Amino acid sequence: MLQTAGKPEPSWEDLLSAVAEDRDKEAFAALFSHFAPRVKGYLMRGGASANQAEDIAQETMVSVWRKAHLFDRQKANASTWMFTIARNQRIDNFRRERRPEPDVNDPSYAPDPVVQPDREVSAIEDTAAVRRALAELPEAQREVIALSFYEDISHSAIAERLALPIGTVKSRIRLALKRMDTLLDREAYGDAE
Amino acid sequence: MTIQHHLPDDLLLTYAAANLAEAWSLVVATHLSLCPACRRREAQLSAIGGVALEDFAPASISDTALVDCLARLDDEPIGLMQTQTKRDVIPAGRSILPQPLREYAGGDVDALGWSYIGFGLRQHILPLDGGPQARLLRVREGIALPEHGHRGLELTLVLAGSFSEGGKEFRRGDIAVADEEVEHIQVVGRGEPCICLTVADAPLIFHQWLPRLAQRFAKI
Repeated sequence: MLQTAGKPEPSWEDLLSAVAEDRDKEAFAALFSHFAPRVKGYLMRGGASANQAEDIAQETMVSVWRKAHLFDRQKANASTWMFTIARNQRIDNFRRERRPEPDVNDPSYAPDPVVQPDREVSAIEDTAAVRRALAELPEAQREVIALSFYEDISHSAIAERLALPIGTVKSRIRLALKRMDTLLDREAYGDAE
Repeated sequence: MTIQHHLPDDLLLTYAAANLAEAWSLVVATHLSLCPACRRREAQLSAIGGVALEDFAPASISDTALVDCLARLDDEPIGLMQTQTKRDVIPAGRSILPQPLREYAGGDVDALGWSYIGFGLRQHILPLDGGPQARLLRVREGIALPEHGHRGLELTLVLAGSFSEGGKEFRRGDIAVADEEVEHIQVVGRGEPCICLTVADAPLIFHQWLPRLAQRFAKI
């Protein structure tokens, strides 16, 4: 799935599977070398000191070791999954407020519909394709999306930073995501708009 | 019954980035537990986080970090460590309040203390530290909620019964989004009371004096 140059021959997804199934420490070390510095960068962007960020990056990787069996390549690519693990570590360690999540074991949880296997592939967003779609957005739209994830700030903080009404920030985000849908569909199915 | 009214993309994106206040996250998470389509969308939007993670300038990690980390792995039990089952207020069976809402409320609807606030309305305020307030409302069937406007954002998630607003019907799982530009009258459907979760970041604006008076006592 991942086509970016420099990706290792066993993919990140393969390495995660090796950790889950074989408790493979070499695979883990390869994941660590690539992701730990990036997780540290992500945490420092969110305001953590270098020391804190390094501790939590290590914590994140231990969590990857423990949770590798929960990784499902039908549902997410490796980078996205690593992001969700790092995100949860950040919330546990740096945020006062909780971020509630649905509970898949709750009897009231609505199960996912059964999807035909041939359609399943398109459910995973390819990191390289998402990056290309982001790069094709008009600058004003790319900026609001980037600020959410890269600078780690709320909509009202984005609005303040860009001196825009919050309604404009929200509508720009919606427009940007619609545009990305079109770009990703075109890439996946080769259709014109 | 399929859900007709979904979460807007900008809210899902902020939830995916983990930059949403707790009360909003609670509405989002409760809707997600009822709506596979929005769960899928949230997973798609998290892929932007995956790209961001790859793009962050890697921070240098100390030379011993990997060795330290590997040493810790030896202490972890090999094999599948199941995530701990959460403390659950209702052990089995479907409930009106799905998780994570049930945990916040402290039980399902019949176990809660509801206070009467007038106009056929009962409320149960959810305990949150600061930020926007989240409450459960239980409205008698056939009641029209007094017309009101908003100074900020208001989200209403239906959990039981139904209400209609501007010709649209909202049932279990549906979410109604209102902001400064919306002034609405919500009419609860016949047959059963409507139970919904509602979060607003500013007091509502009522146009009649009687609701305005009641508002001072009910903290809406």
